[in-house]
This record gives sequence, C-alpha cells and structure tokens, in this order.
Amino acid sequence: MIAAARTILRKDLLIELRTKESVPAMVLFSITVYVLFHFGLDRDSLDGELASGVLWVTLLLAAVIGVSRLFAAESAQGGIDGLLLAPVDRTALFLAKAAALFVFLTAVELLAVPAFGLLLLGPGLGGAFPELLAVLLLGNLGMAAVGALVAALAAETRAHELIVPLLLLPLLVPLLISCAQATEPLFREPAATEDLGRWLLLLTLYDVVFVLLSVAVFDFLLED
Amino acid sequence: MPALPLDEAGKYVAGAYVVFVALILIYVAIIAAKIARIDRQISELVSEDDE
Amino acid sequence: MYSKGLAPLAAATVVTLTTAFALVFFYAPNDADQGFVQKIFYVHVPMAIVALGGFVAGGVFAIKHLRSGDSSWDMRSYVAIHQSIILGLGVLVTGAIWAKASWGHWWVWDEPVLVSFLVVFLLYCVYYPLRFSIEDRERQARYSSVFAITAGAFVPLNFVAVRMAESFTHPRVLSQTGGDLPGDMRLTFLVALLGMALLFVTLWKLELTAKHASMQLKKLRNRARVAA
Repeated sequence: MIAAARTILRKDLLIELRTKESVPAMVLFSITVYVLFHFGLDRDSLDGELASGVLWVTLLLAAVIGVSRLFAAESAQGGIDGLLLAPVDRTALFLAKAAALFVFLTAVELLAVPAFGLLLLGPGLGGAFPELLAVLLLGNLGMAAVGALVAALAAETRAHELIVPLLLLPLLVPLLISCAQATEPLFREPAATEDLGRWLLLLTLYDVVFVLLSVAVFDFLLED
Repeated sequence: MPALPLDEAGKYVAGAYVVFVALILIYVAIIAAKIARIDRQISELVSEDDE
Repeated sequence: MYSKGLAPLAAATVVTLTTAFALVFFYAPNDADQGFVQKIFYVHVPMAIVALGGFVAGGVFAIKHLRSGDSSWDMRSYVAIHQSIILGLGVLVTGAIWAKASWGHWWVWDEPVLVSFLVVFLLYCVYYPLRFSIEDRERQARYSSVFAITAGAFVPLNFVAVRMAESFTHPRVLSQTGGDLPGDMRLTFLVALLGMALLFVTLWKLELTAKHASMQLKKLRNRARVAA
C-alpha cells in the first residue's frame, strides 16, 4: 500500500513539476492578496496579531486553490476511473494526495512567507524562525489532511469549485485559530513565544483527529 | 451596560421566546402539509384501484 | 416503524416544556447582573446544546450507515442534521437578541458558544448543496455520511479552539452554564434542557415517520402503475 501511495505521489509531483499549474498560481495569488491587504488596511507594515492574521488567512485562501486542483488532473482526462479500477487501496490514494498537497503548500510557503516578510511584516522573519517553521509545518499537515478529504468529497459534485471553499474554510477554523494565535507573538518586536506550547498542542490534536478520520473514511469516497 | 428596565427587557425576552415558538410551529406546519399530501395521494391510489 | 412511542413522547414534550416555561417566569429569580433579560438564557442555551447533540448524533448515525449500508440510518442522520441546522438558526437569532439586550450590539465576539455556533452553522449549511448536487442516490447517501462524520468530529474541536481563543482576548462575561448556577436557576435550566431534547426527538421521529410514509407510498404507486 505504501508503494502504491508512493507511485501516485510521484506521479502528482511529476505532473506539477512539468505543468507548473498549481504552485506558481498559489504563490502569485498569495502575493496579490498581500497587495490587497496593503491597500485594504492602508498599512505599510504589520506586526503582532494583524501580521499573523493576514499571513494565515492568505495561506488558507491559497490552500483553497490547491485543494480545488488536487484531483484536477484526474477528472480532466478521465484518469480517475483508471485510478479506481486499479487495485489501489483508497487509503493509499488519500496518503498520496495529502502528501502531494503537503509538498505543494510547503513549496508555496518557501516563497510566500519570505514575500510576506519583505512586503508587509514589520519585525522581520528572523525573530523566532524555528518556532515559525514548526507552526507552518504542523499547519500544512492539517491543511493537507483536511484538504485531501474535502477534495475527494467535492470531486463528484457538480458545483465543485463552490463546494470546496465553503467546506474547507469552516473546517479549517480551529487550525486558523491555533496557527494565528501561535504565530502572533512570533511577529512582535521583539519576538516572544508565549503560549506557543498550548496552541501547538491544539494544532497537533487537530492534525491527529483529521488524519485518522480521513484515513478511516476515505474508503467510502470515490467508489465506482 | 446596566440591566435594562423591565418594560424594555420584556420586549427582548418575548422576542426570543417568540422566535423559539415560531420555529416549532413553522416546522410542524411543514410536516402537516407533507402528511396532507400523502393523504391525498393515498386517496387517489384508492380511487384508481376502485375503477 | 418510526412512529412507535410518538404520542407519549409528544405528550411528555408538551408537559416538560410547559413546566419549563412556568418555572422560567414564575419560579426562577431574576439575575443580579442582567435582570430580566437573562431569561433568554433558558431558551438559547438548551437550543444550543440540543443542536450540538443533534449534529453529533447525525455523525453517529452516519457511521452506522457506512458500516451497515442500510439507508434507513442515512435518513435518520439526514433528519437529525436538518433539524439541528434549523435549531442552530434559532440559536443564532436568540443569541443575537440576547447580545443586543445585554450589550447593545446585535452580535458579540466574546461569546464562545455563539461564535463557534456561527462556524458550525456555516459548515453544516453546505450539507444541502453537497447532498443535492449528487444525483446517484446511493452515492449521495454515502458522501453525506462522510460529511456528517467529518463535521461531527469537527464540532467539539471547533468549540475548544474558539473557547481558547476567546478566553485570551475577552474574559467570559455573558454566559453561565451549569456549574456556577444557583439551585433554583439550575433546576429551571435542566427542565428547559430536557424539554428541548424531548422536543427534538419528537420532531425527529415525526419527520422520519412522514418521510418513511412518503417513500412507501411512492413504492406503492410505482407498483400500481406497473400492474396497470
């Protein structure tokens, strides 16, 4: 099963490397949103909770794009039937898709977070970098698990570009709360790490619950 | 904010309880309409059968 | 099959709710801080608790549906969620009325129950478009069950997260649930909660009966049409 997951993951990563359809769009989108926030909030530099909020809302919205496109390759060319006819465990499919989404989100953040530091963040990213990294990675894990589940749920519906954001964003609220609250002191001048443990704990709980739930439930999706 | 005087407060409390009761009544009315439809369709079936 | 015990249940509901209302207005004392306005609490909070219970029950029925493949579990799940959404709307409206009466604003972010309810409500509203945009009946039921389980697991997590966030920025001012209530208020609250729960179960059985009858009728008509 792991081998099957790895194969599907490699296929998705290769497709993305060749077509470059999702990740660049997500990066571009993120930077555009930063510009929107600059004009909308009429601020040159943000710190603390405002910075944290802007960053995480932007990442969440970019994730919506990534999730919408997660099964795009399959549904466009009918490849999903091929995947389903092959004797592949649905769990393998979930692991592959979630891993792909995790990789995409991390790749996007490699560019979007420094861009944020450049454009809008007052105190700069260096203040508490390892902590920021931890929050980003745990956040990506949650977004990947929930995102893959939502992508599959919406894959067979007619209005799937509408359903994905409407389903994904409320489900991500606890993740948003944990990540934004954890990041807020990291973006202060000088950076602090108060309450970080508490929010990372909630974030980990969220990740565990949704990874386990998605694995348990994925078998019932995308059948026949 | 200090507590509202009784006459003003009464309106809000009444409003909340009215919302609650209204929800129940609307819901029951919808189910009643559904049952009426079922009843009508049963009568049609019975009359078709009699023919 | 769903209407078993419906009449006594309905009777129990009427009795309990009437008792609850009587207790609210003739027995429970006025709150020291909020005055008469606090009476909204006896309808707002039980609605919230029962709605949350309904969402979780919807998730449990969905699990049973997926494990057994029996579509009657899906129907139970659908009705529970459907009714909880309506109750949830009531929670938001009564909560807004309470906020206006207590704070002067139609919405407050300080109230974790109200805020987490908004998120839950927004999520569950997607249940309908998701469900009804899938045409195949069996797939529709399966996907709805997956949603119901995911959303049901989400509800407690969301409540915890929102509560943690609010407690750091705003101390809890408005709500009083369970623990620190004086005896006569607590009794009134518990009776109101029981009445609300009974109401939910009664209406749930009622709608299930109607739906089931409608389905049986459809089968009969098809049979009659074929025979003719």
